[in-house]
Amino acid sequence: MLSFIARRLLQSVFVILAVSLIAFSLFRFVGDPVAQMVGQETSIEDQENIRERLGLNDPLVTQYTRFVGNLAKGDFGYSYRTRQPVSEMILKRMPATLELGALSLIISLLVGIPAGIYTALKQGFVSNALLVVTLVGISVPTFVIGIFLIYLFGVTLGWLPTFGRGETVSVGWWQTNYLTWSGWKALLLPALTLGVYQLTLTMRLVRAEMQDVLKTDFIKFAQARGINYRSLYFNHALRNTLVPVITIIGLQLGGVIAFSIVTESVFQWPGMGLLFLDSIRYVDIPVMSVYLVLIALMFVVINMLVDLLYVAIDPRVRLKGQHG
Amino acid sequence: MNSLLELNNVSVKFPTRFGEFTALNGIDLTVHAGEIHGLVGESGAGKSTIGAAVMGLLQSPGYVSAGEILFQGENLRLLDDDAYHRVRGDRISMIFQDPQTSLNPLLTVSVQLIETIRQHNDMSVEDARERAVALLRETGIANVEERIDQYPHQFSGGMRQRVVIALAICTNPDLIIADEPTTALDVSVQKQILALIRRLCTERNIGIILITHDIGVINEVTDKVTVLRSGRVIESGLTGDVLARPQHEYTKALMAAVPRLDKRLDRFSNIVGNDELTNSDSSWVIDGASAQYATNWLLDGKQLLKSALPENAVTQKHADVKLDEQTDNRILSVTGLDVSFSAEGSDFFGGRWFGESRKFKALSHVDLAVQHGEVLGVVGESGSGKSTLAKVIVGLVNPTAGSMRFDGEALPIGRERARQHPARRRIQMIFQDPYSSLNNRQTVEQILAEPIRFYKLSANQTQTRQLVASVLDLVEMPQRAMLKYPHQFSGGQRQRIAVARAIVAKPDFLICDEPTSALDVSIQAQVLNLLKDLQSTLGLSILFISHNLAVIRQMSDRVAVLKGGELIETANVEDFFNNPQHAYSQQLLEETPSLAFG
Repeated sequence: MLSFIARRLLQSVFVILAVSLIAFSLFRFVGDPVAQMVGQETSIEDQENIRERLGLNDPLVTQYTRFVGNLAKGDFGYSYRTRQPVSEMILKRMPATLELGALSLIISLLVGIPAGIYTALKQGFVSNALLVVTLVGISVPTFVIGIFLIYLFGVTLGWLPTFGRGETVSVGWWQTNYLTWSGWKALLLPALTLGVYQLTLTMRLVRAEMQDVLKTDFIKFAQARGINYRSLYFNHALRNTLVPVITIIGLQLGGVIAFSIVTESVFQWPGMGLLFLDSIRYVDIPVMSVYLVLIALMFVVINMLVDLLYVAIDPRVRLKGQHG
Repeated sequence: MNSLLELNNVSVKFPTRFGEFTALNGIDLTVHAGEIHGLVGESGAGKSTIGAAVMGLLQSPGYVSAGEILFQGENLRLLDDDAYHRVRGDRISMIFQDPQTSLNPLLTVSVQLIETIRQHNDMSVEDARERAVALLRETGIANVEERIDQYPHQFSGGMRQRVVIALAICTNPDLIIADEPTTALDVSVQKQILALIRRLCTERNIGIILITHDIGVINEVTDKVTVLRSGRVIESGLTGDVLARPQHEYTKALMAAVPRLDKRLDRFSNIVGNDELTNSDSSWVIDGASAQYATNWLLDGKQLLKSALPENAVTQKHADVKLDEQTDNRILSVTGLDVSFSAEGSDFFGGRWFGESRKFKALSHVDLAVQHGEVLGVVGESGSGKSTLAKVIVGLVNPTAGSMRFDGEALPIGRERARQHPARRRIQMIFQDPYSSLNNRQTVEQILAEPIRFYKLSANQTQTRQLVASVLDLVEMPQRAMLKYPHQFSGGQRQRIAVARAIVAKPDFLICDEPTSALDVSIQAQVLNLLKDLQSTLGLSILFISHNLAVIRQMSDRVAVLKGGELIETANVEDFFNNPQHAYSQQLLEETPSLAFG
């Protein structure tokens, strides 16, 4: 088990190196960061000076090696835009994004799994209605859903705030929404917007897997032994649907956190996505690079957790390097 | 004696888009406590439907449309769903065919047993566990205390079936429906499981319905038998009477189609006739295409071989010459073949850094030769390396050691065998499962034309079509079949197409890996007849792999026995069946259920 984790983390180093290299080779197309920093009256020589000082004249490879070298030393660099340390900026924004992602995941699981089981077992009006409504959820773009929710709950009914995080409480450096009423109200709409896609996906996946599992011999055998239906569906059948479901949910969770950009922008949610968006606008290369590296790391960690969950669920799975 | 289960005039219907399909038609059946009642028939006969109807677990939308199912005098059809569900497991249990799939893979054996016991008895977990231990011991599992907390995948096939049986009897049911309980098992394990079922039946005075397609099993273990065909009872009575003096033509034919272990016949008698083949399709033909055309084409260029061979091959079979001495006539020989698979793949960081990988030896030091025009039967239980041997020869698996020679030249192993290597064409293979060995997205014409095109065997498009149609004719399929897709055919027809695909490459050497074990006996008889005919007209050499000794006896000239990857014995077929040398061969022969009546 430990050797598996160690090996995975070692692999993640290579993933991160690859991601940052690709990111770096793309940054030269985003525009000139210096042009964004200076006013109109700055002379060409001064601009050239700044460029030289920031090392932007160096060949790409040199810039890249410098970035990786600094990263290894724990130096994430300074933002071109705000001149604050990048690490500080990202750490400040991270809780907002993570809390948003976590809540949307919880919503999608709490609704998606039971709905998936229900639609697998029962045919009829309710099932069809669920399937059709969630189909709308998956086919309409996120920002449209966001705007619709804002219009309905924020503008027309006036129940919920339409932007920002509301009041937050600091727990150490972590600013949380979960401890205030206003925080919860502010969280609800963006989380719903972000979770709808996951919810539909989870529901449909659970439904399809359940339908497959219910056809298997061991379910028929359990039925023939007179095992009660509750245990049959929720213990025998559901457990066997979990491996594929967890794979997809894991991948999706990474996606939700990494690409909550659209939702964050619609709700002006002060998370990492919004920060990334601003950084692109200002060609803030240090922030963009660190953000992408961080996202790559998160994907690797989530995938590792998913693999570890397989072992917990399915006794037949053996990880590489594990004996038993 | 009062009857335990009584089916009176039971019919089952499945509504479909094209009207109702009658799966069972007026079935009468009586089962008493303490007896094993066999249901036998081919696929589609409705054997399993009877089991499902009694359990009340017919696959939706099927339903019982008429008749009554009396269980201990109570009409099960009148029960509501909850009451019925309480009967399941408690009073009627079921054993499924495949022990690999009938246990929940994610729950330990103890969890599954204890849950079932507690479902039907008011009992503490400790008591239920005690009972589970006793049951597993009764069904013949060693080391129970330790094994009970293991997961199903940690048990072998036979052991799993014992666990399944323990699950079926853990609530003391009065009736057990066993649906093909030994079909997925090796003969030696089959014998043990049948003995266990017999013992439980007698000791616990349980009534058992044993569903099987294997008349050998019926003969070995049942008291009474009912022969089914197309949802109707054909014949019923005491097993000894029915099998010794079958009254109905179908029963006689069914028995005649079973390959015999005791003597070799020239051909199998064909029961059902090729009725599935003689339909309106036969009017659609391609100009100049015929079975004769295919035969001439296939024999063309083999004249040299042909004139030199058949007599030679025939004399070999009959003369008492030791075949192994005639090394110059070998078409294929393998020497010192070793195959091992590593249980763990090594990835970028290598298994070696974090622990060494384990090796599994599939074949060790196998020496084998096949003569020109000979059928070599390879027999062995699952895991004996039969299929691995076939894959090594066609080049799908790379051996770790050893060498192969084909027709006088060294045969490179798969990795080193060029795509253009002549042996790629001259060695062809027929796989076990005709449902997965044909590409469902291609028409039969595309499937059969591919080898012709790939090996550049025809002059032009017209001739290719002609050849495809002719080869279909040769395997007794209508020429029109070339326009259809594989899923439109039955298993037997698909296997004919698979044979045609192998033949059309003009092979000299054919590998048949269990070509009929997925088929019904009547269809098996047809396909085996076809293979025999092709072998004698085309003078093919065949490596015929089967777990079924009776089939081997009917098909082969010589036999090779594999066990755990090692070659145990090779002998002429008559010598082998009359006087097997090795203890393991004797045991195999003895354990095969047969139709030999006293």
